[in-house]
Amino acid sequence: MILFLVRRLGHGLFVLLLVSTVTFASMMAAPGGPSLLADPKLSVTERAAIETRLGLDQPATVQYTRWLGRAVRGDLGASFLYQTSSLATISARLPQTLLLAGTALLLTLGVGIPLGISAAARPGSFWDRFVTLSSGIALAVPAFWLGLMSILVFAVWARALPAGGAVTEGDVVGLADRVRHLLLPALVLAAAGCAEVVRYTRSAARTTLALPFIQAARARGISSRRVMWRHVLPHALLSVVNVIGLQLPRLVGGAAITETVFSWPGMGRLGVEAALGRDYPLVMAVTLVVSAGVVIASIVADVTQLLMDPRIRAT
Amino acid sequence: MIVGNAVARTRTWRVNLAVLTLLVLIVMAVIGPAVYRVDPHTMDLSIVGIGPTAIHPLGTDESGRDLLARLLAGARVSLTVGLLAMVLAVGLGTAIGTVAGFAGGWVDAVLMRLTDAALAVPALFVVILVLTFMGPSVFTLLCAIGATSWMGAARVVRGELRMLREQPFVEAARALGAPRLTIMMRHMLPSIVPTVLVAASVGVPSAILMESALSFLGLGVQPPAASWGNMLSGAQTYLTSYPWLALYPGLLILLTVLSVNTIGDALQNARG
Repeated sequence: MILFLVRRLGHGLFVLLLVSTVTFASMMAAPGGPSLLADPKLSVTERAAIETRLGLDQPATVQYTRWLGRAVRGDLGASFLYQTSSLATISARLPQTLLLAGTALLLTLGVGIPLGISAAARPGSFWDRFVTLSSGIALAVPAFWLGLMSILVFAVWARALPAGGAVTEGDVVGLADRVRHLLLPALVLAAAGCAEVVRYTRSAARTTLALPFIQAARARGISSRRVMWRHVLPHALLSVVNVIGLQLPRLVGGAAITETVFSWPGMGRLGVEAALGRDYPLVMAVTLVVSAGVVIASIVADVTQLLMDPRIRAT
Repeated sequence: MIVGNAVARTRTWRVNLAVLTLLVLIVMAVIGPAVYRVDPHTMDLSIVGIGPTAIHPLGTDESGRDLLARLLAGARVSLTVGLLAMVLAVGLGTAIGTVAGFAGGWVDAVLMRLTDAALAVPALFVVILVLTFMGPSVFTLLCAIGATSWMGAARVVRGELRMLREQPFVEAARALGAPRLTIMMRHMLPSIVPTVLVAASVGVPSAILMESALSFLGLGVQPPAASWGNMLSGAQTYLTSYPWLALYPGLLILLTVLSVNTIGDALQNARG
């Protein structure tokens, strides 16, 4: 277990190194410099002074190792645009993305797993075919289009839900208002992942149903409902947890797009603003924090899988 | 038995429908613009956002351009970009998987750790940022999709090759003294073709979805060229006034991806 954690952490650090190197290298290779330096009122000497102060006159490799050295010590530098520490800027936006992605993940699991199990309970039935078909459609729908359509139906025509934003401007922010704003983006973000969880749960449950211990449970006279939820479900969950770990990276990418459609003030939009302004420290900080979040969450998923499996837990 | 037959029948029925839909879409993209000869770029501000008429069968968009002509032009762009991006991703994945599976040892270990790492990266998030600095173009879009979608193909190709290495016919070729490269090219690579085809059928829909999402964000195909994704980007602004502009491109993406997924699932099932 300890060895597993150490290896998993090593892998996670390698992922972060890979992401930060690729982002930094492409940022340096990209045309155009920081928007901070594009101000036409700056004289040549002033511009040079700013470049020296920010270390932008150094070669890219020096800048990268310097950034890496600071990042290891927990210092992600100050944002060019906001003139505050990158971490402070991020900490204002991060909770919004965590809220959106977390709610979507809960919906994915809370809806996907029961649907998958109930579809597997009677293979070939009307319900099974309905669930399979709907999940096929949900996997094929572009998330941003689903977002547009849901804004059209629920916000424009039915006027039941807000079209965007995280809270109503100017109002005293109540819980109900937050939930109303969260509902559409979270559902849209959850759709594709939920469909995938349905498919995996269904196929894992069907594989489990064929195993001898299920026949043994049936032979003992346990009702088929109880067999499904108490015997098949825990066994099928083992492989489903694995899928969740693989879905996390896509959930974060999907969150960035959903944030754009619903004007949700989260990390995705912050990242794009930073990238547009060539705010090097902020871009690097956003990338690092988002990737670290994904890495940590997938380690948690892996550890959960281990803890859930009594065969591995025993060793 | 009867149930089994019924399931088999519905499956072929659905797959046939999917093949038919895909063929119609491809024919639309290939000969559509030649048959329906209305220019997709001509703007006419006197007929902005009108509904279906005799001259404009699906109406016009927010700049008075013919919607049907734009959908047909967009079909060409979206399907081509999806296909090319898939070829890049599957090609890269096959190359990496082949090297890893054939070389084994530390080369395999390094490449597979790299694959695992690439799978754990929030790729779409990073691609959005990178395309924002790089400036949007079809070329950077293709590179971005290719660079972030090769991992599935690499894994299955490597797995397949490692299995093949132990097969009697490969051992026989080795015993006969065939050079390693010959064994690879003549004996092993032909056997992985079906695996690569399945990987490709999985790759096309995800490439089309990614192209549409990135073009929607303004990071892919640039206006005035039409792609289904960037048409939706324009439509977003006029969602309340001309909602149908947002309807058609999305439905076409949905139909394309659904058909390719259905065919891909059938291929995968057929291989067991």
